[in-house]
Amino acid sequence: MVLIKILFSFISVTLIGGALGIGLAIAARMLSVKKDERVSNVEEILPGANCGACGFPGCSGYAEGIVNEDADITLCSPGGPEVLAKIAELMGKEAGDVGEKMVAQVHCRGNRDTSTYTYNYKGLNDCNAMQAMYKGDKDCKYGCLAGGSCIKVCPVDAISRDDKNRIWVDKNLCISCEKCVVVCPTGVMQMIPYSADVIVACNSLDKGGKVKKYCSVGCIGCKICEKKSAEGGFVVENFLATINYSEKGNRTGALQGCPTKCIISAEDAGLNIKTIEDKQKVDE
Amino acid sequence: MSYIGIIITFVFINNFILTQFLGLCPFIGVSKNVESAVGMGFAVTFVMAIASISTWVIYNYILIPLDITFLQTITFILVIAALVQFVELVIQKISPALYKALGIFLPLITTNCAVLGIALINVRNNYNALESFIAGIAAGLGFLLAILLMSTIRVKLDSEWVPKPFKGIPIAFITGGLMALAFMAFDNALLNNLLG
Repeated sequence: MVLIKILFSFISVTLIGGALGIGLAIAARMLSVKKDERVSNVEEILPGANCGACGFPGCSGYAEGIVNEDADITLCSPGGPEVLAKIAELMGKEAGDVGEKMVAQVHCRGNRDTSTYTYNYKGLNDCNAMQAMYKGDKDCKYGCLAGGSCIKVCPVDAISRDDKNRIWVDKNLCISCEKCVVVCPTGVMQMIPYSADVIVACNSLDKGGKVKKYCSVGCIGCKICEKKSAEGGFVVENFLATINYSEKGNRTGALQGCPTKCIISAEDAGLNIKTIEDKQKVDE
Repeated sequence: MSYIGIIITFVFINNFILTQFLGLCPFIGVSKNVESAVGMGFAVTFVMAIASISTWVIYNYILIPLDITFLQTITFILVIAALVQFVELVIQKISPALYKALGIFLPLITTNCAVLGIALINVRNNYNALESFIAGIAAGLGFLLAILLMSTIRVKLDSEWVPKPFKGIPIAFITGGLMALAFMAFDNALLNNLLG
């Protein structure tokens, strides 16, 4: 009896296993999906950050888009010219010109030391939640809320907070996916060329007098930068200086002349924010 | 037992995750955001439903006639693994979009003890074919409910202040424990009250 049972067990499990195995083998052949090798090749070339800057769902989605849907091959901003050249070679397309690499930067350096605040925010650590509460806790409604939503959304950890609770983007790590620009409710996160030498670290459209009251490092629209660096592409509109980066003139005059020091060197707008403070002490 | 009774039992009273503590790996691992949690939940529901019906067939037409029911665990694992593999092939062929959405979850479910659990529980409860099928779907929906609740709580927890030693997985386990306590409120008395 026992022997028969052992035999039955042995045979039945072997048969079930064998049947399933053969069934799967047949199914695998019948249901096999032909894969376009170019898709996996393109995917290998792409950086693999899955940042979504191209508008496709991840790098594999973009690879499929390039091969099957004839998508534009210049959309991968993190990859830059190298990746573009490789894809162009693989797909037999013209590489064309990608233009200069753009990086994100926070255009504000106001914090508890420099600016006045309307109230003490104690809610969620999220910029859009802060924005919903009277447009943030600062008196300035254009500046960085320092809620850190951009830090969370950055796929490459290029954004960090300095010891004075200000937020800066490391341009060498930035892959220009613009996720932080999208998430930022005040628009203080803006794209600038990688080569930008100075930035106007202010986003306030309020009049000079009002800005002076609530922030000691805000742009008051005095137009001194326009005069000191006439070739530098400075434009003051709506009481805020902006830089036209296609003008390649010298901008050091404006950098040194700015009365509120809201024009800062782009090299300094990174993690070594202390150097700005030190430089200002030397200037003064 | 009526079909509604089976559904209530497996979704609430004997919830696979929060009462029976089966399939905790995806419950903790895939509950970081709502989207993937829902994907996992539906994949598990799907596999559980098919697994419970096919293991019922194997059990009643092969194991019982040959009187080798002691082999149920090993044959069920064999069948479930092959089945998931087959389902994966079919989905890849028929609906690439669904295949992409389920992604890595589908093969992962093969080794999920909740799927084997529903097969064994069906056998233990002497369910017929339809009852097994409904139990499979209900257990999957219970899994979906638990993982969905967990993921929404965890998304919220991400933006809340949590003491450093508890950040991430530890607070997730504590949350899971509290949810299990809450689910203890559902017991057979509920069933008796609802269905008389």
